[in-house]
Amino acid sequence: MCLGVPGKIIEIKDMMANVDVAGAKKETCLMLLDDVNVGDYIIIHAGFAIQKVNEKEAQETLRIMNDLIKGMPQ
Amino acid sequence: MKYIDEFRQKNAAQAILKKIHEISKKKCNIMEICGTHTHAISKYGIRNALPPNICLISGPGCPVCVTSAGDVNRVIEFSKREKDVILATFGDMMRVPGTESSLQEQKAAGRDIRVVYSPLGAIDIAMAKPEKEVILFAVGFETTVPTVAATVLMAKDKGIKNFSVFALHKLTPPAMKALLDLGELNLHGFICPGHVTTIIGANAYRFIAEDYHAPCVVAGFEPLDAIHGLYMLVKQLEEGRNDIEIQYKRVVTWNGNVKAQKIIEQVFEICDSSWRGIGTIPMSGLRLKEEFADFNAEKRFGIKSETFEKPLDMILDLRLDNGDLKSEIQTGCACGEVLRGLLIPNQCPLFGKVCSPETPVGPCMVSFEGTCAAYYKYEFLQST
Repeated sequence: MCLGVPGKIIEIKDMMANVDVAGAKKETCLMLLDDVNVGDYIIIHAGFAIQKVNEKEAQETLRIMNDLIKGMPQ
Repeated sequence: MKYIDEFRQKNAAQAILKKIHEISKKKCNIMEICGTHTHAISKYGIRNALPPNICLISGPGCPVCVTSAGDVNRVIEFSKREKDVILATFGDMMRVPGTESSLQEQKAAGRDIRVVYSPLGAIDIAMAKPEKEVILFAVGFETTVPTVAATVLMAKDKGIKNFSVFALHKLTPPAMKALLDLGELNLHGFICPGHVTTIIGANAYRFIAEDYHAPCVVAGFEPLDAIHGLYMLVKQLEEGRNDIEIQYKRVVTWNGNVKAQKIIEQVFEICDSSWRGIGTIPMSGLRLKEEFADFNAEKRFGIKSETFEKPLDMILDLRLDNGDLKSEIQTGCACGEVLRGLLIPNQCPLFGKVCSPETPVGPCMVSFEGTCAAYYKYEFLQST
């Protein structure tokens, strides 16, 4: 099952991170990502971080949905 | 919660659903490939909120469900024969039926079979029990593959000798192609899996738009994501476009996670794979490369390969002479048809009667991700 809940990196030690996922702490391996920092939100699958969440794109998607709802041209 | 609450706003969901009703005129069949999308669609009541001319069909996107009974049998046979090994598996695989038994029944019979949350868990067991051979029974799509590949690299790096992998990984785009080639369904477009695409990138679906003229939208898993993704797909269908679009841009890119792809390529190579309910799909699986033969459980322990290697167009014959499908026919289970999108769960004669999450007959009810489990949990009342 793909867990869609992003986790926030609390601490990084070598290849492992301590990640806060909805209040639960998860040990997560960072081997599949480059340039990960404390404070980043990540998607976790089977104990590995598979992608960082892009804040700018998240805001852009919300803006597009908002425009759609308001009837603005797409 | 950040990135969750914003994508669960009820008013916004209702407003976008209204937009879908406004633009949707054509009758269309849309397949959501991923089991997690199937669950989101059922859980949030999206199926019934759509216009009646839009039919959502659940695809073969639950890794546990599509693992063939033949492969489950091979693992069970292995666990019976090799009494001194520890088999590590993801939780959902425990109850999946082979022809005569399941891993859960084997565990009850005294085999050492352990559930791991991550492939790394199998390495931990191997390090803690150096006198035992630890075999990871690895199923999963492109999202899981790099986690297993990275684990193999880590085991090699640490010089762990008592760890190996029984890899039954499957690839999503070849299965989509197989379903389109099979031609049993008149599919007009796809909602593509969010996290598989996180790894492979949305460009992987180009051939579907170009060769099959079916538009694809990669959507996220929150209700607003799923509804917005459906709006984008319906808009394409109404405008006669066949494009690849990404709704889940906060996580998915066109080229995917290149580092993960490189790790996969380092460890695995593409091979044919046997899918429950579908048959063998060419180039739809992954096996360990020769240089990682020491980590290949099938080679190390001489586990026999699956015997049937019939092409997809012989699927009707497979239904008669292949063990896994024959066993399903014997029980009356329609998981094969559900996995190909030909039947919805409540059209199976067993659904909700002898087959439920407590007493599952087929894999689509066993797995939390399965289509039958989703219908039973969230849509049973509507479907009876």
